[in-house]
Amino acid sequence: MSITLNEAIEMITLEADMLDHGDFKEWLSLYTPNGIYVVPIDPDTEEFEKTLNYAYDNAEMREKRVERLLSGRAISAAPPAKTVRLQARYRMLESNAESCTLRCAQMLTELRQGRERYYSANVTFRLVRTDGVLKIDRKIVRLLTSTEALTAVSYIL
Amino acid sequence: MDILPDPTTLVNEDSADGSIYSNPDLFDMEMDRIFMHNWIWVAHRSDLPESGNYITTFIGQHPVIVSRDRKGEVHVMLNRCRHRGATVCEHKKGKAASFVCPYHGWAYGLDGALRGVPFQEGYTGQLDKSNYPLISLRVEEYNGLIFASFDHDIMSLDAWLGRTKPWIDLFMKQGAGWPIKTMGEHKFTFPGNWKIQLENTTDAYHFPIVHKSFLDSVDSETQNTFDFVEGNGYVEDLGHGHSVMVMIPDLVDLDENLEAPIPERFQELADELAKDYPDEQVRRIVRAVGGSGFNLNLFPNLACSMAFFRVLRPLAVMETEIRHVAIGMDGGPELANEMRLRLHEHFQGPMGFGTPDDSEAWDRVQRGSLAGRDISILLNRGLGHEAQREDGNLFSDVSAETGMRAAYRQWLVDMTGKTVRAENGE
Ligand code: FES
Ligand SMILES: [Fe+2]
Repeated sequence: MSITLNEAIEMITLEADMLDHGDFKEWLSLYTPNGIYVVPIDPDTEEFEKTLNYAYDNAEMREKRVERLLSGRAISAAPPAKTVRLQARYRMLESNAESCTLRCAQMLTELRQGRERYYSANVTFRLVRTDGVLKIDRKIVRLLTSTEALTAVSYIL
Repeated sequence: MDILPDPTTLVNEDSADGSIYSNPDLFDMEMDRIFMHNWIWVAHRSDLPESGNYITTFIGQHPVIVSRDRKGEVHVMLNRCRHRGATVCEHKKGKAASFVCPYHGWAYGLDGALRGVPFQEGYTGQLDKSNYPLISLRVEEYNGLIFASFDHDIMSLDAWLGRTKPWIDLFMKQGAGWPIKTMGEHKFTFPGNWKIQLENTTDAYHFPIVHKSFLDSVDSETQNTFDFVEGNGYVEDLGHGHSVMVMIPDLVDLDENLEAPIPERFQELADELAKDYPDEQVRRIVRAVGGSGFNLNLFPNLACSMAFFRVLRPLAVMETEIRHVAIGMDGGPELANEMRLRLHEHFQGPMGFGTPDDSEAWDRVQRGSLAGRDISILLNRGLGHEAQREDGNLFSDVSAETGMRAAYRQWLVDMTGKTVRAENGE
């Protein structure tokens, strides 16, 4: 049976909740070993490895990013920003028994040192079913402001 | 009554008053005296590879268009219609045959000449188009770096860059024999004065402190390479506010030491390249991918910083935009350029492992320096053992604040209106 919209939403909501509550170590286990987390700059590109991104993380880089957030040794993340993100406007772009592609909107509010900042994004997930569990194989965060000047983002979008 | 601040009371040889980061009147003076009377970097040659290519950018707070005309010549023009002042182009980059103002349709050539005015009869002979081109600034180029200036009387770019030129040439060796091209950029703002960032690219002192978390994320060989604060690097004053900070002396000339062992993190790339290139070229490419071992600060808005261009733009007295422009080999192996992109992403930009921590430090300088009155910012590190080279350049150890002192000397010259002019023989 194809992966349903509800199953997919359940999965990515779990991810969002973990990121907002700082469960970064657990977050790592949500990805497939070859999974990619990418925050591109170019709104049109699909060739992420050939272009400059804000983040282009394979498993190794994701692990390093999490270490950075938890170590207390990065002044911009000590303490890390607090975030609250909402996802909505879900649309299943394709789905079969093993994998699916889901797109949604994400509105994120960040609070750090008394300053609130906001990031809106279109997020596309490719989820795959391995051993009966859904994992994230690709997460593409297309920021609305990707080609504008951002401010320091010392957390995971 | 408006009384302008007196810059001479704010900056000394070894310190500056904290208000230089927050005085709005001083900022207005800077935007005029520094950003309208010096050479300001606007583009790299590769941003405009062909006739008809253009980009839009800023000189200080002035929007400009940089274009390459049919003859291949580069023009830098104010992005301001001569009719009633609308910007004529809002695209970041592109290719065009002309720029047409969207308001009443005045059309300008790539060189800024006013070509067409709709319903021109309405002017009954009172509009001579030749009198209303886009306002052109002075443009000069050195080794791919394109600069412009509002001031037609200042010295040539060649004279202004002066002793920095050999360093620019060294920096461009990152092409490994190919020309350098830009490969995208990280753009971000921080809530602080532009000079806080200007100081930072000549500040080696902060590296092991602020960038602990970056150093944690690389292998031990790379950690050693970046362990330079007590090494034998140096900072050297190159005149006109420019300076060079050599962090890794072995990586000053990328064409040298080709026989040195390939660092482990580049071994995989080297093995791949070996399939297509002879050994010596592989070594040259790999060395180039790692970037130069120095930051070259060009007053006031560009740094050729190890492996990328750092470009600053003051937005307001306490708001600054920074771009980290990635560079690569134009025509070089794609794998090598991709590795450069990954290295850039690792440290730079709003989600890098380095930049957000820098940004946090600058943010704190801005907020902290608002505390109290008449308290100085220290610029005296390394002054005690600063010495002079035979050619007159001041230099000190790598963590010295020699580069900041150089920048503030030029700042003072500009701010007091004593800019050294071409006719003074410079
Ligand atoms: S303002 Fe440009 S044509 Fe009128
Ligand atoms: Fe830094």
